[in-house]
Amino acid sequence: MSDRSQLIETGKPFKFDAERDAEFERLVKRYPTRESMILPALWLTQEQEGWVSAEAIAYIADRIGTYAAKVFEAATFYTMYHLKPMGQYHICVCRTLSCWLREKQNIIDFLAEEIGVRPGEISDDGRFSLEEVECLGHCGTAPVVQVNGEFHEEMNVEKMKTLLAGLE
Amino acid sequence: MEVKILSAKFDIENSHKLEVAKEHGAYATLEKLFAMEPADVIEEVKKSGLRGRGGAGFPAGVKWSFLPKDTGKPVYLAVNSDESEPATFKDRYILVRDPHMLIEGIIICCYAIGCHDTYIYIRGEYTSQVRILQQAIDEAYEAGYLGDTVAGRDFKLEVTVHRGAGAYVCGEETALLESIEGKKGQPRSKPPFPAVVGLYDCPTIINNVQSIASLPFIIDQGAEAYTAYGTEKSAGTHLFGISGHVEKPGMYELPLGLPVLDVLDKVAGGVWKGRKLKGVIPGGSSTPVLTAEEAKTATLDYESMAEHGTMFGSGGIVVLDDTVDIVALVKNLIDFYHHESCGQCTPCREGLGWMLKITKKILAGGGSSEDIDLLLELCDNIEMKTVCVLSAACTMPVRSYLNKFRHEFEAYVEKGASLQAAGIQG
Ligand SMILES: Cc1cc2nc3c(=O)[nH]c(=O)nc-3n(C[C@H](O)[C@H](O)[C@H](O)COP(=O)(O)O)c2cc1C
Ligand code: SF4
Ligand code: FES
Repeated sequence: MSDRSQLIETGKPFKFDAERDAEFERLVKRYPTRESMILPALWLTQEQEGWVSAEAIAYIADRIGTYAAKVFEAATFYTMYHLKPMGQYHICVCRTLSCWLREKQNIIDFLAEEIGVRPGEISDDGRFSLEEVECLGHCGTAPVVQVNGEFHEEMNVEKMKTLLAGLE
Repeated sequence: MEVKILSAKFDIENSHKLEVAKEHGAYATLEKLFAMEPADVIEEVKKSGLRGRGGAGFPAGVKWSFLPKDTGKPVYLAVNSDESEPATFKDRYILVRDPHMLIEGIIICCYAIGCHDTYIYIRGEYTSQVRILQQAIDEAYEAGYLGDTVAGRDFKLEVTVHRGAGAYVCGEETALLESIEGKKGQPRSKPPFPAVVGLYDCPTIINNVQSIASLPFIIDQGAEAYTAYGTEKSAGTHLFGISGHVEKPGMYELPLGLPVLDVLDKVAGGVWKGRKLKGVIPGGSSTPVLTAEEAKTATLDYESMAEHGTMFGSGGIVVLDDTVDIVALVKNLIDFYHHESCGQCTPCREGLGWMLKITKKILAGGGSSEDIDLLLELCDNIEMKTVCVLSAACTMPVRSYLNKFRHEFEAYVEKGASLQAAGIQG
């Protein structure tokens, strides 16, 4: 069960850019009810801004024609929606069975040491955020790491070092 | 031992592209399909013995025949591509290496059940996978395999991809429907079953990706070609994902019915680092563990797994070597299910949390023998007393570890450390 903090206001109005607007209009036709657009609209928002603000929740509710509470409910239930800005590089390390057996903990310990972030934290310079996540569906190449949505398999400390060095 | 039915195109370069897939036979069954009556398609799938590959193993053709006739409402198909149970990693190979086999399967299923709207529910973490799948769907639309007139026939079919956003429980079929409807993923009580009241209150079939992707072969080659693989009650082939402590982890397509240990040794290269086998988790983290001894007589099919007091599950086999600390493993398991509880049932929400607390206490060396019994009692008090079986997906395996490896829990109670660390041979 997710336990999320309150929404953050940016003080600026939110709206979809032209590309997201078109995608919203394409998708809305594919569902018999507009409320089915809640998850897709949250995804479009996060693609555009990197996270979901209070203004975005209000905008989505208005655009769909539903209660803000329903959008908020979805945004807080599903753990992939970020309710605050994440690091420039959002690192997810799988912590469940197969990755645990294949020593994912070494990677977590290394990241704490090397970039000073523990799971749930964002580095002071805003470059990195770290999250421990549940099975990423790549258990045969465990342990698995995702950086900004991109998969890295059969990871170890050496490969993690190289990966970090390759980021701008 | 490996066979190539579902995985026939997996090693072909660019097999996710329509042009390449077509060269290798994609959509060739449609001619035959549209010459059949929908009822005959269902009959053929029943004869093939195809069982749901999402974990429960329910016969696909039988499920389809539960749809009520002529309700005046649309029928929906929801394809379950949530694939989130720890140790399960098979469906994504279909999504990225042969998405047209899945689309062809969807056309077959929809023609059989009279459905014109399909939603593919894909987990949010599958980023590159969803791109490849969507490209394949777009190509299928352009080529006229989807849309108003499928393959030039008077048959309309729309396929929409719906992305989840990080909730394992949405793999549960009714939570999945809630999620498509825009709600949080809280399972519905059954009955009514989704075949009667499903998506948008309409009759709905939910099938796993691999189940649907198995259809083109069955229709093309016939049910008997499918039952030529596997055992009497477990027909066909399966994409097995082997992970954990083996030399060659990976995804392998095998006929059902092979001996577990043969597969581990001959296909997956044996236990890694020359170590000894401690146990095998046969079908995803929710299936009860087999000890090394039990694994000797088990075969990879639904019957044998039931005879061994466990389940075939999702084909996600996990190998545990003799260094594994079972108590720490149990903590890792409970942590997962507790975190993923949707929260609507008290036994699941609170009970799994309580089990986690006790396990942590034992791990920290502060547990007692009564705590071990209390864990067992909690398993009994939680299981089957909740809206969905997520809670049982936790208590069933945990009970198996408590019963089969109790001495490892006792070691923590007596010595304050793991059996391995305490240096006692077990
Ligand atoms: C907590 C939970 C999670 C599940 N996750 C999945 C999943 O990720 N993929 C899947 O196909 N089935 C999953 N299932 C099983 C589905 O509820 C359902 O039985 C299945 O999708 C039906 O398809 P099938 O008959 O083709 O197997 C899950 C069940 C439960 C209780
Ligand atoms: S058993 Fe757990 S996950 Fe399933 S409905 Fe109840 S609280 Fe939700
Ligand atoms: S357990 Fe880590 S990817 Fe499956």
